[in-house]
Amino acid sequence: MACFLVPAAEAVITTIAAKVVKSKEKAADGTQPEVSRKIPFSRKLKWLNNMLWGGSALLAFEHVWHGEVVPWFPFLTAAENSADAAEMLHEMATTGVVMAALVTVVWLGMVAVSSAMEKKAYKTVPIEDQEG
Amino acid sequence: MTLLVTALAASICTVIWYKTAPKSKMNLGSLCLMYWGASLMWLVDAIFEYAELKEAYFTPAPEEMLNDLFLGLSVVILGLIIWLVILLIRDPKGVVKAAIFKKN
Repeated sequence: MACFLVPAAEAVITTIAAKVVKSKEKAADGTQPEVSRKIPFSRKLKWLNNMLWGGSALLAFEHVWHGEVVPWFPFLTAAENSADAAEMLHEMATTGVVMAALVTVVWLGMVAVSSAMEKKAYKTVPIEDQEG
Repeated sequence: MTLLVTALAASICTVIWYKTAPKSKMNLGSLCLMYWGASLMWLVDAIFEYAELKEAYFTPAPEEMLNDLFLGLSVVILGLIIWLVILLIRDPKGVVKAAIFKKN
């Protein structure tokens, strides 16, 4: 009904977070040693953004396809009466939240794997290179 | 069916990304993540639907299946269009810029 709104809301938050983190990374860029060739956290956040925005957009299209999202107010057909609205909110609280959580868990897995790979790569760098 | 089509598109896209990375400037990673994000969301949808319908979930009516197949294909095409628009706006190879500012 409107489950895609939950991941979309998370996408808004993570997009803002990515912008803030990126600006902080830019500010700290000059103070970092050259050897720190880690993937910036803002880039990792961008992976989550892409999954959330992309998934929400494609799911929104599915809702348009099924006539659940319309181009006129209130935009969601379920919001036209209270019984359907309650059902919609229940779906958002269950399916929507699980969708956002699953995408986030998968992203955390991606971050964990990439961090492990970075550590492994760092260990193989000669000591003189690590000292910069 | 929509989940299957999107997951298939995500898998194909990931294979192409892996074959062309890291030299490629086509921004295929974004398209992969977009399809994987949608696939995960539809997976959750499928699990909730299965919990409601039980085994009937696996025996949809042919009409319903055809509709879902069309929807899945439309979703894949929409994803491609979104990716193309982003690619043309970012223009990593400078092709669009070169075409616009080309002197006749």
